[in-house]
Amino acid sequence: MAATSLIWLLDLARFMFPNVLVEPPTKFKIGPASDYPLGGVSTKWLAARGVWIVHTDQYKGRNLIYALASVCTHLGCTPNWLEGEQKYKCPCHGSGFYINGVNFEGPAPRPLERLGIKLASDGQLEVDKSVKFQEEMGQWEDSNSFVDGALA
Amino acid sequence: MNSLSLITSCLTLGSTDPHPNVTPSVLYGLGWLYLILFAMNAVWTWKSYHRDCHFRLPEFLGGMGMPNAAVWAMYSIALLLVSVTHLTCASVPEALRWFVMPDFAKSAIDFVVADARRYFAVTTFGFIGMLLLRNWLAKPSVGWVLLNLSLLFLCVSLTDWDFRQIVGKPDNVPIVAMLFIVGFFTWLFFYRANENDRRSALGKGPIEAENNEKVLTWPDLVYTEMICMIAVTALLILWGIALQAPLEEPASAVKTPNPSKAPWYFLGLQEMLVYYDPWLAGVVFPSVILGGMMAIPYIDFNKLGNGYYTFNERKFAITTFMFGFLPLWVGMIILGTFLRGPNWNVFGIYEFWDVHKLEALNNVNLSEYFWYGIGQPLPMAPAGADFWTQAPYILLRELVGFVAIGVYLGVLPMVMAMTVFKKFFLRMGFLRFMVFSNLVLMMAALPLKMVLRWAVNLKYFIAIPEWFFNV
Repeated sequence: MAATSLIWLLDLARFMFPNVLVEPPTKFKIGPASDYPLGGVSTKWLAARGVWIVHTDQYKGRNLIYALASVCTHLGCTPNWLEGEQKYKCPCHGSGFYINGVNFEGPAPRPLERLGIKLASDGQLEVDKSVKFQEEMGQWEDSNSFVDGALA
Repeated sequence: MNSLSLITSCLTLGSTDPHPNVTPSVLYGLGWLYLILFAMNAVWTWKSYHRDCHFRLPEFLGGMGMPNAAVWAMYSIALLLVSVTHLTCASVPEALRWFVMPDFAKSAIDFVVADARRYFAVTTFGFIGMLLLRNWLAKPSVGWVLLNLSLLFLCVSLTDWDFRQIVGKPDNVPIVAMLFIVGFFTWLFFYRANENDRRSALGKGPIEAENNEKVLTWPDLVYTEMICMIAVTALLILWGIALQAPLEEPASAVKTPNPSKAPWYFLGLQEMLVYYDPWLAGVVFPSVILGGMMAIPYIDFNKLGNGYYTFNERKFAITTFMFGFLPLWVGMIILGTFLRGPNWNVFGIYEFWDVHKLEALNNVNLSEYFWYGIGQPLPMAPAGADFWTQAPYILLRELVGFVAIGVYLGVLPMVMAMTVFKKFFLRMGFLRFMVFSNLVLMMAALPLKMVLRWAVNLKYFIAIPEWFFNV
């Protein structure tokens, strides 16, 4: 009886780790930095990958390109980038974020999360969704969370 | 009918306005709505003729006695004429321009409801007014007038395109029905309670004690239940046939519908999530609401009002419950259903849902108010500090918030016990009173935070995003 239960439990645990995972790879190339001019938010990768590529000098005055995860830090809805208002606005509870990802209105308690980004050896930018950088933890200072905007 | 539909289609094809306020089909439908209203009032006239008293006409009209039913009869006939006009002249909207909501009224109503502050003030003062005027409001004819006014309001408002989009959405139709049902049962409660309160003032027992003749479970109860079952089933089938299921596009993890609304019964919670952190508004407060309602029988020491309707004998209990239910729950459902639009902005009921409507909302934490207020920077640990170095800085930064919450939930109950709730404290004892006062204070925390958000853009009392702890 105990052995059966144990085997059943182990089977269940094994079931949680499928042989094949149909998910896109977490690292993907997004083209050269020149595709992302200063002051722009690219929604090119939003539908497929859930990231905005932002090139801005609005965060501490530094000219940076970085990838923001399109997940609201309040309850996880996908905000919309509103070009006219220059802000990300969440349709669920009205949280708003500046172009640089910092929260300023509504209930979201912290800024949007940055994802890993680097310059690959072939000159393209490469986003790594498996790592994230939170501003309130001081992780936006990490050099893996942005690339120099002068590359564009 | 054939020629009518022909004209209808011609007009629709010829019209250039993509959002027409009145169309022949809308006017035609309104004709039927007015006809139903006429039928309701005709029945009421007949009942009034047999039941109501007379009034005396003023001298210049002859000064003779008239039954009240005469007024209802004239009103019913007016409704019949309006209905016939709508049904026959639906294709000439200009002929019916007197029966549409005038623009100045639309702007006035939008001015009030398109602002959460004014909306909340109106619901709260409306609630207080309802309690004060309960004896007058609970008269059958006053209730009937209110029902008629609300239905007429609905009729003339339906001539507005934006209003139709909100009210006519299949998702929202039951909410409109719910408003009338909530109104009716609130009215019924006051009607019954007033009757008993009058009797108790005369030294008589409640009416329920007189009509306490027992009935049998079988057949009386079971038959009633079966008839209800059949009626509800019929209603659901009709509903299922008449209204299309409000299905949306296939779900996508990277595209959230704008606005994204919870099911209607959770819109009160969704509204709470605008003001409080998810773990509070989504987990703690709902649990407190459920647990608190379970605790009511143990907190309540008032033995009166058991098994009969009354207001005067249970003033505090009923007022508290109704405040929580009407302005804070139903009111928030109305706000969420009818007034929240794209980007979760507040829109008027006659206002176009503009995705680019801009509302400035720069929110500020209490700690920022405090430290910048005394001219200091926010206490911050040196860069790269570990958890134990950071913690004192964070706690110092949010100290004023902790103190505020501590005073609110810890000290305020004692002040309440010594002042306004002195009698309650003596009857309840320490522990029961602390549970009671904390529940009341947590309930008050929602409107309090809402008012602070609107008044001074307050975001969080305690904001520690580092530990995901925000209040």
